[in-house]
Amino acid sequence: MKRTLLSLALGAAVSVAGISAASAGTLDDVKSKGFIQCGVSQGLIGFSNPDDKNNWTGLDVDFCRAVAAAVFGDGEKVKFTPLSAKERFTALQSGEIDILSRNTTWTMGRDTSLGLVFAGVTYYDGQGFMVKKALGVDSALKLDGASVCTQTGTTTELNLADYFRANNMKYEVVAFEKSDEVIGAYDAGRCDVFTTDQSGLYAERLKLKNPDENVVLPEIISKEPLGPVVRQGDDAWFNVVKWTYFALLNAEELGVNKGNVDDMIANSTNPEVRRLLGVEGDFGKGIGLENDWAAKAIKATGNYGEIFEANVGPNTPLKIARGINALWNKGGIQYAPPVR
Amino acid sequence: MSDLHSETSVAFVRTEQVPASPPPASTSGLQGWLRENLFPTPLQSVLTIIMGAIAGYILWLALDWAVFHAVFTGESGEACRGEGRQDGACWPMVFTRFPQWIYGFYPVAERWRVNIVFLLGVLSLVPMLTPTLPYKKFNAIFLLGVYPILTLLLLTGGHFDITASTWLTTFVFVAAVVLPILFLGFVAKIISPALAAISSAAIAGAAALLLVLFSIDFGLTYVETSQWGGLLVTLVVAVTGIVASLPIGILLALGRRSQMPVVKLFSVAFIELWRGVPLITVLFMASVVLPLFLPPGTNFDKLLRALVGVALFSSAYMAEVVRGGLQAIPKGQTEAAQALGLTFWQNMGLITLPQALKLVIPGIVNTFIGLFKDTTLVGIIGLYDLLLIIQTANTDSNWAAPQTHSTGLFASAALFWIFCFGMSRYSMFMERKLDTGHKR
Repeated sequence: MKRTLLSLALGAAVSVAGISAASAGTLDDVKSKGFIQCGVSQGLIGFSNPDDKNNWTGLDVDFCRAVAAAVFGDGEKVKFTPLSAKERFTALQSGEIDILSRNTTWTMGRDTSLGLVFAGVTYYDGQGFMVKKALGVDSALKLDGASVCTQTGTTTELNLADYFRANNMKYEVVAFEKSDEVIGAYDAGRCDVFTTDQSGLYAERLKLKNPDENVVLPEIISKEPLGPVVRQGDDAWFNVVKWTYFALLNAEELGVNKGNVDDMIANSTNPEVRRLLGVEGDFGKGIGLENDWAAKAIKATGNYGEIFEANVGPNTPLKIARGINALWNKGGIQYAPPVR
Repeated sequence: MSDLHSETSVAFVRTEQVPASPPPASTSGLQGWLRENLFPTPLQSVLTIIMGAIAGYILWLALDWAVFHAVFTGESGEACRGEGRQDGACWPMVFTRFPQWIYGFYPVAERWRVNIVFLLGVLSLVPMLTPTLPYKKFNAIFLLGVYPILTLLLLTGGHFDITASTWLTTFVFVAAVVLPILFLGFVAKIISPALAAISSAAIAGAAALLLVLFSIDFGLTYVETSQWGGLLVTLVVAVTGIVASLPIGILLALGRRSQMPVVKLFSVAFIELWRGVPLITVLFMASVVLPLFLPPGTNFDKLLRALVGVALFSSAYMAEVVRGGLQAIPKGQTEAAQALGLTFWQNMGLITLPQALKLVIPGIVNTFIGLFKDTTLVGIIGLYDLLLIIQTANTDSNWAAPQTHSTGLFASAALFWIFCFGMSRYSMFMERKLDTGHKR
């Protein structure tokens, strides 16, 4: 009887949930099912988070919306699958999701051996330090002899050791298991410095009793490039995701934004803008979309700068400065090849 | 007697009983209770005072945090920030998010469907659990047969993709699994040919009925399980686990004590396999490893995978609890049943199991409560159970404040406690009610 129940359940499940069979390409699949399945995190301030009205917000979320808008002309044709860190790659490999946009660090191992490829870097993160303003420190190089709060068993601890040894400084580690314990200890004054990834520092700062009395130091001591991931060997879909990212960057560089995109389509004489927005040339067709794909993406979410400002920028609770995430011609390293 | 009185001169003869005096103040009422229970000896009195002080201090801290220093109104995390406002609970977060805690990401316009499911569940469960109410048989049929299907249809909205191949798959499955079992039962002389024929027909009929039911379009919007969340998911997982684990557990326990080597081996292997791995591993297998084994494009529903995993896992535990009860029944009971000419199933159903299950009510409820709390583990495979959805408030920049996290945890603890305490009280009630054999 138990076997009967089990197999009945399994049989029903196969028939109930058996969706489209595997496919020639994700782009065709996505077009035929009419939406994009986007893997996001289960909650990370500024990157992907459901608000109390069930709307997903954040930088990672907006990127998926931009891709959806590029494909369908509608930024809402996307379904979000919240994933834990452990299951994110399997979800992509098994085809449960079409794109993984979940603050995932681009590393060589992940890029080469998992059957996945990274389509770009939507946020350059890295380990940083936060101190109390009262300490009067303005650079991590002045932290000799400091006590540092950190989480145990993460690369954070190793990076910390490397950095202090390389700069010939002494330090004392105060380590905790959970990130909430770490921030609690820092708030209670049990250590001088709190270290984790910089976006995390800004997010945790919001939980402090007096966020404004704490400052994030400019130094970044590790590289954590975060970006969207797709399956390897699916070049058509990879191109769509990659060029949506580039289009958002190019739009910012060319001054095209959510508000003026229609005006730009009608009136712009700049050939670069005209090519980007599909007024000239057949670039959209080249990646299997309509020629105004980039215009649709920008209309839905705004350019890269607008997405950054809306989710993590100085006017949000996170108050993250553009820093290295600024465009290449504004002192950052965000750079996109031209549409030509 | 009357003569005696009249002749003898007696100064006073009492004709009625003296009214009983109240007991000394020190042994009755509040004073007596205090004296007897809290201050019987000097040592006890000192301990009482010390423990009372500690308890009072903790209570004061809790009240201070949850009420006196708490913030009750506000639109965002800013309300719970700043001098004097960040030392207590941040309740507006709870008020704003509460509907989401109950329904998860279930579309707001469709929440009435969840409400109907909850309401029907309560309306059928309460009479089922109240021993004095009649029609238990119909109630059980509704609760175990109709209600789950109704729930499935209401919560998902119907829209199952039933094609000719679905029919074929289902019947091949039924034929491949049910028929051999019935055949084996027939060979082993447990079931008669007529019974075997009737049950195959019944199972096939039920499968056909289900498929027909699932292919009807009820005009409800389709809500996929990834949009379910909060208390809804916690209850779906827990109730499925509880309902499935008891019958499967009983069968496994009987199988483990069986004389038939294949049945015994299967039961032992099943129990030891599922009991030997942590629930987290089971869930990970279901969510991460299983999809890699399946042909690409086959997409099992994630919630269903978790449900099957949880049900099998808890069945193994339940089997051992029930087996504990079976061990406690003296062999004489079985021998007496055999002497009366009862078959194995009659003996089990009428003599052994009623006694055994009654004995292990605390163990069964213990497993249920453990299972209910273990449902929080489904969070790690991306299902938004109650605990996980409560914690998302902590990653909402709108509500980021020093006390958001602790308020969320406090609220989730309170919600879980209500359910677990409810189960515990009901189990005590059932124990008292069924405690017939040991009354003196």
